[in-house]
This record gives sequence, structure tokens and C-alpha cells, in this order.
Amino acid sequence: MWAAFLRRAIMQGIPLLFGSTGEIVTEKSGNLNLGIPGVMYVGGIGGVIGAFLYEQNATKLNPILAVLIPLLCSLLGSLLMGLIYCFLTVSLRANQNVTGLALTTFGVGVGNFFGGSLVKLTGSDVPSINLTATSGYFSATLPIADKLGWFGQIFLSHSFLAYLAIFMALGSSFFLFKTRAGLRLRAVGESPATADAAGINVEKNKYLATCIGSMIAGLGGLYYVMDYANGVWSNDGFGDRGWLAIALVIFAVWKPHFSILGSILFGGLYIVHNYIPGLDVSGQELFKMLPYVVTILFLVGTSIGKKREAQPPSSLGLPYFREER
Amino acid sequence: MAEHKIKEPLIHIVKRNRIPMWKTWLIRLSAILVALVVSGLVGFLLTRSNPIRIYAVMIDGSFGTERRIWGMLQNLAMLLCVSLAVTPAFKMRFWNIGAEGQVLMGGLASAACMILFGNSLPNGILILVMIIASIAAGAIWAFVPAIFRSFWNTNETLFTLMMNYIAIQIVSFFSYKWSVPKGSGNVGIINRDTHAGWLPVVGGKSYLLNILIVLGLTIIMHVYLWYSKHGYEISVVGESENTARYIGLSVRKVILRTMLISGAISGIAGWLLVAGTDHTISRNTAAGRGFTAIMVAWLAKFNPLTMILTSFLLAFFEKGAVEISTKFGLNESFSDIITGIIIFFIIGSEFFIQYSIKFREKEEK
Repeated sequence: MWAAFLRRAIMQGIPLLFGSTGEIVTEKSGNLNLGIPGVMYVGGIGGVIGAFLYEQNATKLNPILAVLIPLLCSLLGSLLMGLIYCFLTVSLRANQNVTGLALTTFGVGVGNFFGGSLVKLTGSDVPSINLTATSGYFSATLPIADKLGWFGQIFLSHSFLAYLAIFMALGSSFFLFKTRAGLRLRAVGESPATADAAGINVEKNKYLATCIGSMIAGLGGLYYVMDYANGVWSNDGFGDRGWLAIALVIFAVWKPHFSILGSILFGGLYIVHNYIPGLDVSGQELFKMLPYVVTILFLVGTSIGKKREAQPPSSLGLPYFREER
Repeated sequence: MAEHKIKEPLIHIVKRNRIPMWKTWLIRLSAILVALVVSGLVGFLLTRSNPIRIYAVMIDGSFGTERRIWGMLQNLAMLLCVSLAVTPAFKMRFWNIGAEGQVLMGGLASAACMILFGNSLPNGILILVMIIASIAAGAIWAFVPAIFRSFWNTNETLFTLMMNYIAIQIVSFFSYKWSVPKGSGNVGIINRDTHAGWLPVVGGKSYLLNILIVLGLTIIMHVYLWYSKHGYEISVVGESENTARYIGLSVRKVILRTMLISGAISGIAGWLLVAGTDHTISRNTAAGRGFTAIMVAWLAKFNPLTMILTSFLLAFFEKGAVEISTKFGLNESFSDIITGIIIFFIIGSEFFIQYSIKFREKEEK
């Protein structure tokens, strides 16, 4: 039972891990992208559209293409979302919070709209979007996982996207804290004026960080549809996981490697109500607020403690205009 | 000596000093027009129908029948009410993105009063109790983040955001507790037979009272923000907390007081939604208005009277897009896409109001 619980917690955590890694990379450049929930929806539906068109048009599925096409469509979708955000906030200097919220409205709308209308729009004769075949390729696991008991169940029974999420988190941490480019990026987030004076291209850094961050976050949506939901898109099925990913950023104190464990914890808190005996439906609803309560407590704790390492990037959410220094 | 030439970039951006009023409105209007063209184009690509017909359907969705006009006005009023709630906080540069939760808590308090006291209190007193409970609930939900922000500088954007989801789960909890039939998770229409706690119908129009109340609130908020001492203090804190301290204002007091007001109005919005509109409560009662309101308030530059216009714009597009999706058999999320596009264009247009673009002038030989 414990192994099963942990395995489910990890599966719940992977979309959050993608989302929070992407958001941390973004926030390190000083952009508070509240559009991440929308980006993740678009990442998910991008993969669905790619897979749907491929499954409809191909006579026989090629395993490599069946994975690559949705993956690229998903990345393209979230890249476009990142570009919209950057163009508005960096080039046109619009307010980040308003832009982010509009991006979320837009992205969730895009996801639900195409999820609900794709079949009608393409004029195909299937009753609903069901991508079990593609999902099968995405969720392929190592064959040895079943033979290794609880160890295999917890650590080896996941699909390649899950390991990619952990790799991305570790890679982002390495990039942010061990490389020169990462140092420059953090400088932009802490004090863009100083970074600018030191000859760092602020706009370029913000664009790159936000777009790459969006693409990473979008993979969370893809993992959710293809792995967790077995290729079945249901409207609003992704739920509030995007906001949870933003909560996880705070919990991980802006360090991607912390969010690996954090995501498993959040994933566990998200589903713990299923594992508590004798809990009625209304009680389950109360348990679902746990991740948010933990985040608030943590946020309050770090702000009272005033530990310097636990604070958000100093210029987070603030626009930067060179002329207004 | 070799001639060293610095290449001047093709375009550069200059901040405008002043811009006449008519020009700002011209820029905004053209942004809305471009947004309309783009939404028409998106609609055309998705439906393959004549763009003119798409616009006709949109207008029909808001103004087609008397019933639709009232429905649109009701949507406008509720959106405006939540926008009024977030405005004082935003003017103070306090990013209260927790209106969704504050509205829900206000609505929950009203629903609780309707269920608990529906049979024991006379209707007039019941409605009064509901107002007080809703205001208190909304205000408390806004006050908690304000305390932490003003004493320990806790990030209010993230705090208020998280409070939304706690509110949603609390409402979910009570939706199951009170559900009819048991276990369905739906509260259903409360006091369907007795109408206890329902707002009275004024002038034969079921939403007229809501609309009048919000109109009154708009005027009060306008006066409060622009012609009162409190309003002035809010602007000062918003412009610069240091200036506020220097002139002897207690920043902490202003933040706490303003957030109480902000939450209280959200509570009123929740009360209007439960007692005057839905007569039920669910986790979707606020329906994302807490977030849309932020955009409404921002687009109107926090001016309550302009907000009537911006909330009309969003209410109109929403109704229109919903009508398109039903007419053409598309998913109703189409309206979210259109809303997103409109907002992108309007916030983008603000750039051209604040800055002007200068092209490189031809070099003279």
C-alpha cells in the first residue's frame, strides 16, 4: 500500500515538477508569469492535437513519430504562450500580473475549446478524443520494473517524461547556480539595472528564460494527458495543478532541485484523502486544501524568518525600463 | 584615423511627456477594433462562416432579446462589483488577486444564513444578517494576507492567490454537507418554496435591484477614491511607501484599512450572487470573476466610472462568444479565447499611449 501511495504521489507530482521548474527559471529573470496554468493547458492540448491528427491520418503508427509529433506540438504551443507573455511584458512593458492572468484565461480557454471541439472541427467520425495508442507509447516503462518489488514500483515504473522532469529540475539547478549564464540570469532577476550596467542584455535574458520556462512547464500538461490520464482529454481535468505548481515554487524557495521532493510531497498531499480510512466526501474536500495551507504557512514562515536565501528574486514582478532608472 | 561609426538602431522608443486625452482614447479604440477584427478572423477560421454574420451573432447574444439584455447587464454589474472591490487595493499597489476567494466566502456566509435561519427569522432581518455576515466573511479573507503583508512584508500576490483555493475547498466541503439530495455535491436552490433570504424583485425585473446596488457602490467608490482623505492616502501609499511615511502616514494602517474595504466589497458581491442571482452556492459561484475583475480594473486605470465601460466590454464579448459557440455548435470556452485576445490587445495598446516609436532618420550626405 505504501509503495502504491508513493507511486501515485510521484505521478501526481510530475506535472507540478515540470510547472514549477519552468516557473522558477522564468521567475529568476524577474518575470512573475501567472500564466503558467494556461501555458500548461496549452502544452497539454498541443500534444493532444498533434497526436489526434497523427492518429487520424496515419495508417500505421510509428512509435518514434507517435511520441515526437505530440512532443513537438506541445513545445510549440507553450513556446507561443511564452512569446505572447514576453512580447507584452518585456517589449511592450505591460503589467506582469494582468498579462499573466489574461494568459491563463486564454490558455485554459484554448485547452478546453479544442478539447471540446476538436472532433467537430476536423470533421472526423470518432465520438470523442481517445488517444490510447499514443498514450501507450508515452507511458512505456522499463520492463524490469515489475520484477523488483516495491523498489521497482516506486522508482522504476514511470515513463520517460517523469525522468525527464527530474533531469530538467536538476539541470535547471545546475544551470542557475553553477554556470556563468545562470549567474547572469539571476542578476537580471535581482537587479536588472545593475545587470544592464554590467553589460548583460536584460531583454534577451528575460525572453530566453521565460520562453524556455514556458516550454518546460508545458511538458507538465503533456505528461498529465498522455501518462496520467491515459490519453483521454477531459475539459478542466487538469484542474488547479497550474496554481499548485506556482505554490511549489515558493515551497522550493526558488531552487529546482528542492522542488523534486516538494513535488512528491505536494502530490502526496493532493491524493492523501483517498488513503485515509473512514473519510466521507465532504471531508475529502477539506483535505484537498492541504497543499495550499502548507504553502501559506511556508510563505509566512520564510517572510518572518527573513532568511535571505529563501526570498523571491528582488525584482520579481517589477518591469524594467532602462530610461526610468 | 579610421572612421569609427556607431550604427543607430532602426527604431528607438521615447517616453511621451504628455498626450492629449482624445489621442489616448483613439489608441484604445483602435486596439479594440483590431481585437475585434482578430476575433472575427479566429471565429471565421473556426466556423468557416461569414465574419459579418459572426459579429451579428455576437451582438445578438447580448442585445437580441430583452431577456438577454438583462442577463448581460446582470453580468456587467457583478463583474463591476468585484472590480470595485479590487480597485482600492490595486491603487495602493497591493496585488490582491484573492477576490475570487473573498467573493466565495461572502457568498458562503450568505448561503449559511439562508440555510440556518431561513425558517426562524423574518425576511427583512434575515437579509440584514446576511449582508453583515457576507461583509465580515469577505473582509476577514482579505484581512489575513494584509496583516502578514503589513507586519512581515509577506508577498501578498502569492498569499491572496493561495487563499482562493482554500476558500474553494471550504465551499466544496459545505456543498457536500448541505447537498440535496445527500451526497450529490449540489446545494440546489435554497429556500425554493419560502424564498427566505432572496432579494426582493424590484420593478418586475429580477436583476434590477442588483444593478442598482452596484451602480450606487460605483458612485460611492468613485467619491471615496477621488474626493476623500482616505482615497488620497491610498494614492500616496501606492506611489511611494517612503513618501507616505515621510509625510506621517501610517502605511500599516492604510494597508489594513484598505484591504478591509476591498474584502468587504467582495463580500457584498458574494451576497449579491447568492441572495440576488443564483440562490445557491457552489465552488463556481464566483466563476472566475475575481480574476477577470483584475483585468477590468486595470484596463480602466482604476477609475470606477471607466470601469463601467470596461466591464461592459468584457461582459459583451463573453455573451457574444457564448452565443457563437451555441449557434455553431462549438465549445463554450470560445469566450475565454476571445476575452484573452481582447485583453492582450488592450494591454498592448497601453504601450503606445506611454511611449512613442521613433524611426531612424535618413542620414544626410
